[in-house]
Amino acid sequence: MKITTQDVARVALLSRLDFGDGEMEKFTAQLDDILTYAEILNKLDTEGVEPTAHALPLQNVFRDDVVYPSLDREAALQNAPQAEEGCFKVPKIVEG
Amino acid sequence: MELFKLTAHELHDKLVARETSSTEITRAIFDRIEKVEGQVQSYLTLTKDLAFEQAAAVDAALAKGEAISPLAGIPGALKDNLCTTGIRTSCASKMLEHFVPPYNATVVEKLAAEKAVFIGKVNMDEFAMGSSCENSAYQLTRNPWDLSVVPGGSSGGSAASVAACEAIWSLGSDTGGSIRQPASFTGTVGLKPTYGRVSRYGLVAFASSLDQIGPITRDVTDCALVMNAIAGHDHRDSTSVPGETPDFTKALGQNVKGLKIGLPTEYFGAGLDPQIDTVLQKAIRQLQDMGAEVVECSLPHTEYALSAYYLIATAEASSNLARYDGVGFGHRGAGDNIVDMYKRTRTEGFGAEVKRRIMLGTYALSSGYYDAYYLKAMKVRTLIKQDFDKAFEQVDVLLTPTAPTVAFKIGGIVDPLSMYLQDVCTIPINLAGVPALSMPCGFVNGLPVGMQLIGKPLDEMTLLRVAHAFEQQNDYHKQFAPLGGI
Repeated sequence: MKITTQDVARVALLSRLDFGDGEMEKFTAQLDDILTYAEILNKLDTEGVEPTAHALPLQNVFRDDVVYPSLDREAALQNAPQAEEGCFKVPKIVEG
Repeated sequence: MELFKLTAHELHDKLVARETSSTEITRAIFDRIEKVEGQVQSYLTLTKDLAFEQAAAVDAALAKGEAISPLAGIPGALKDNLCTTGIRTSCASKMLEHFVPPYNATVVEKLAAEKAVFIGKVNMDEFAMGSSCENSAYQLTRNPWDLSVVPGGSSGGSAASVAACEAIWSLGSDTGGSIRQPASFTGTVGLKPTYGRVSRYGLVAFASSLDQIGPITRDVTDCALVMNAIAGHDHRDSTSVPGETPDFTKALGQNVKGLKIGLPTEYFGAGLDPQIDTVLQKAIRQLQDMGAEVVECSLPHTEYALSAYYLIATAEASSNLARYDGVGFGHRGAGDNIVDMYKRTRTEGFGAEVKRRIMLGTYALSSGYYDAYYLKAMKVRTLIKQDFDKAFEQVDVLLTPTAPTVAFKIGGIVDPLSMYLQDVCTIPINLAGVPALSMPCGFVNGLPVGMQLIGKPLDEMTLLRVAHAFEQQNDYHKQFAPLGGI
């Protein structure tokens, strides 16, 4: 096994996802399958190979410092699940 | 012939000759939708009022004797991950069930400026993650050629709507084959442009270094016309390619004499359905007869592409989809504290495949595993890209199957890894960032077979040239799915 249910629980927390017991085992098995398949990459010697993050050789893209229209506050808040006084509203973050 | 069966360029000629109106064309499309949509289920949202408004504006321009652009008044469908001002953009996810964007994607702005008509937003795999359209949170889209098989994915609704004559053209997005594989499954033409050729601004992100928007159309000429409308640099997408965009229609009407076509042996191996191979070999002989030189070549790292892709794409997805936190937009779950709220939001809002990919990507990026998985995959990506660079020193274009099989049964593939293997012929192209086009080249058991043409970076012109020349020698693009009285 590449991955255990404990690993999956840790990654679920990082991902902010919850899984029920039955689901947890199913996900673990499926992720294990995929990671086992991905082991094939270890057959390749990549010593000294530079990683490619982007296919295009574009670097440091600049544009003229001109003001373009942007969303006004009302438009930016129109999809907010909860908004108040021109702000996004969320549950309490800091206790006390 | 019924208006809904015509291509954009045929309809444009009729509009200019005043033989029909955009309103009549639009009505024909909505009548057709009325007739077959119950079976195909391509659309998540119809924008009928908008469409007739847009059509009337084009008819008014024509009445005044004004010149119109090639797509003016021609109805099309937009994949539901392209942001449309005032029109719900759900990504086929419960997460965005009520999301109404306050801005348009650049491609939508560009098509609106051309006065194209928008019929509606079409179904897809949730957040473009899937190869069959079965991962939609809302509905099952069926393949117009056979209602018991999938239309492909993730742009299944885009392809099905065009194949069922519910739209004349459509836009899809392609991260690992999501335009080309559904085009292959539905007998349509689908192009994934060079990475950066088309602005991604307003495309809901899946894997930002791989995503590209492109057309799905009935023929190659329409593909070139839609490309002319959507391609070009955009200051709102820093990865879009600066410089001039060619007139893609200039690639049409040429021959293939002296052109060198490479057949990468790795794509014609064991996993390929022998019946598809037979169809492709016939197409290859045809291209030879037309004067192309065909040579075998090799892309030696092909077998590693799928693994590299599913690590890179999921890593990028896990980061991109972190924005769905129930704060700014989208679904919010109930929770007393912030972490609880995040968890409820995401657990309720995402479907199983999206969760699986977020988990895989988060794992690949997490401390202790980053080097072994993500960094390794990015290095393998370099080797895959170099394979293409080397091949293109020898040949002008590569030819492969688009998919290893024809469209499969709905519910026929349940195991996630087996589903990922569906994309084996299309994924390396996204990793390399090069352009590729799928077009119909025959049938197996009554289902369309797609031929994939792969080009050098920014050389969509040669793809369109070969595709158009091949199309003129055949009539696959003139065959219609047997549906709704056709």
